Amino acid sequence: MDIAPDRRAAREAARRRHARRGSVVAAVSSVVVLGGLAMLIVSSPGWEDVQRTFFSWEVFRDSFPDVLAGFWLDVKLFLVVEAVVLVLALGVALVRSTRAPALFPVRLMATVFTDVMRGVPVILVVYLIGFGVPALGIAPDWLVQDPIYLGGIALALCYTAYVAEVYRAGLDSVHPSQRAAALAVGLSETQAMRHVIVPQAVRRVVPPLLNDFISLQKDVALVAILGPQEAFRVAQISAASDFNFTPFLAAAMLYLMVTVPLARIVDRQQAKARRRQGHVVAT
Amino acid sequence: MSATVPVLEVRGVTKSYGDRAVLRGIDLEVGEHCAVALIGASGSGKSTLLRCIDLLEEIDDGDVFLDGEVITDPSCPAVGVRRRLGLVFQAFNLFPHLTVLQNVVLAPMRSHGVPRAEAEASARELLGRFGLEGREGDYPDRLSGGQQQRVAIVRALATRPRALLLDEVTSALDPELVGEVLSLVRGLKEQGMTMVIATHEMAFAREVADEVCFLHEGRVLERGDPARIFSAPEQPETRQFLRRVVETGRL
Amino acid sequence: MPKIRRSILAVVLAAFATVALVACGDDDETASPTTETTALACEKADLALVTPGTLTVATDSPAFPPYVIDDDPTSGKGFESAVAYAIAEELGFTAEEVTWIRVPFNSTFAPGPKKFDFDLNQVSIKAERQKGADFSSPYYTTPQGVLVAGDSEFAGATTLTDLKDAQIGVQVGTTSLDAVNEVIAPGKQVRVFNDSNDVVRALKNGQVDAIVTDLPTTLYLRDAVVEGSTLVGQFEAPGGDDWGAVLEKDSELTPCVTAAVDSLRDSGELASITEQWIGAEAPVLALE
Repeated sequence: MDIAPDRRAAREAARRRHARRGSVVAAVSSVVVLGGLAMLIVSSPGWEDVQRTFFSWEVFRDSFPDVLAGFWLDVKLFLVVEAVVLVLALGVALVRSTRAPALFPVRLMATVFTDVMRGVPVILVVYLIGFGVPALGIAPDWLVQDPIYLGGIALALCYTAYVAEVYRAGLDSVHPSQRAAALAVGLSETQAMRHVIVPQAVRRVVPPLLNDFISLQKDVALVAILGPQEAFRVAQISAASDFNFTPFLAAAMLYLMVTVPLARIVDRQQAKARRRQGHVVAT
Repeated sequence: MSATVPVLEVRGVTKSYGDRAVLRGIDLEVGEHCAVALIGASGSGKSTLLRCIDLLEEIDDGDVFLDGEVITDPSCPAVGVRRRLGLVFQAFNLFPHLTVLQNVVLAPMRSHGVPRAEAEASARELLGRFGLEGREGDYPDRLSGGQQQRVAIVRALATRPRALLLDEVTSALDPELVGEVLSLVRGLKEQGMTMVIATHEMAFAREVADEVCFLHEGRVLERGDPARIFSAPEQPETRQFLRRVVETGRL
Repeated sequence: MPKIRRSILAVVLAAFATVALVACGDDDETASPTTETTALACEKADLALVTPGTLTVATDSPAFPPYVIDDDPTSGKGFESAVAYAIAEELGFTAEEVTWIRVPFNSTFAPGPKKFDFDLNQVSIKAERQKGADFSSPYYTTPQGVLVAGDSEFAGATTLTDLKDAQIGVQVGTTSLDAVNEVIAPGKQVRVFNDSNDVVRALKNGQVDAIVTDLPTTLYLRDAVVEGSTLVGQFEAPGGDDWGAVLEKDSELTPCVTAAVDSLRDSGELASITEQWIGAEAPVLALE
């Protein structure tokens, strides 16, 4: 029975046909769906009005510089909060992961902290810290008078709780045999944590960490409720003064300019992590 | 009646996990330059015994002595003991985020305070001696299982341990890779390394070991000269175990 | 199936467009006072009054200072009380010929017959209110008021220049932000809050040095909300609310009251009444 070559050729031809048909279908359906959607929107009776109120080039051009200046504040706040969160969260995660009896009270505090902060809406924490702490009357002037500090602290608290849980999952995912191996070569518990477990845990949680940072990048806009004129607030002011929503579009574009590249980095990291895991399994 | 103190001595060690007694009073002596092979079915307590000696597990009763000094006393700092012993795992347990060289120098640098240059020089020398030259910059997942296990042995040797504990170091390897690891261990024996070897490779145990201990249900049921144990086992359990091993072609 | 999906999409988009349309359509009509310039027949004897021979004027109960002092509009004391008597005089009525009644704020401009000839109750002239009632020309345009904590270093400010270094807070979507930026042009970026609660909270907490709202709100905040605060003054800014006297829809009296208000404004009497009652509360701040 020597029909294999024919079979192979036929199979390959079928595969090619299938692939070709797949790309044709994809192209046609894209054109039909997207084109149809665009046609439907543009030909709708309200389109002109929507265009004027949401997509006005003039308003966009006029409001963009102010919104951009506000966005710069968002970016700075984001970067500082992110750095603080990365360090603090690791501390909280390590405290929650230790078994030392002496640390029980700290561990309890860390547990309560993460439970509360994760369960409460970010906006509420921003309000509470932003208006509540100054109301106590014990905070120093520099803190009271700068909403960026207060808002930053509120965001850092919330995201420290989220990120600590991500770290903790990462620490838990490192197999106990790694700890055993580290101890067996003569490292102390602390050295094992520092040189063996934490580096592996951090590597594994990079994709979920980036996800949290994408949401942080958007949540910095919540600090607006404390008064500073960041991008969203500037857009709101501008929109309120001439009854046109285009400035929001400008703000949204700026947020996307940061979050979309971040999202692509997440994708790439996740793919890399999958490849690496696959490789490890294969050996 | 020898006046020399054994390197390792285990006296009446017991260990249970909950209700399950894994070690039921183990006695063991390992003299200088000697290799003792632990044989026995899976679950007979070989691995647990090694982990107890390296203080990775806390024993319930009994004592372990290293160079005549009790190391299982709760007041004895475990880190200091582990620095004087080397343990090699069945599943290698290399640090996957570190290169081969970094795996080897981590302990000398961090726990023995050896300067980096010195640690790296002796690590390169050791790796070269065990046929791992040129692999220093590779990550573990780039190596074959046999190479990984050799790196793991080098990592254990890098701290110049008083004794080496080998926990079924070939069990996770493909059959064609077993040889390279066993010949490495053979070389260590020739150089006079004191070793406790838990193994399923009976031929190897017979060849390398000075003494063979048969563990059965947490006890040393029979011990003695390898040639005698393998040719004329006294206990029925030993005979049964060896027969099964022969059937599966391991002897 | 595709047909159904398309019609769902059409419905969704239509709803979306409709919302946008409605949202925008509303704002096009700008509030403008009723200015009918028919030949004026505003002789006292010819006026169509609720009670002949008497001018019936309405205000809210209770009425608050500085608009009515001691809740007694008949005294002529207080801004709106004084304006009412000035209009009456323009129309030829003596003080004794003026009668006051009390009407709640919301029913003043509700459609339907009125029990008053006109009503003074800080009612802003707005397009939708003009559908149910007439408004005279404005007798007052609200300026901006500046409120600070009593112990603030800015409590003694007498000019807008004194406020240049203050951290100022306003509410988003109000005219106050533009007013502050254009008129005061402060050195520190103005803080913008979601609502007046947050603005007040920030002032109480010392998170801002001063808050700017339209003057009537500032007066209310000072008297009822922020204990121990100081109203350092007021300043004119574009975009303030216009207050007009409210009359019955299509009332013959409307042009007469408008003429009276215009006359008071032209003669400067309106300005002096404003200065006497509201200026006393909040000195006018100028740039140095």
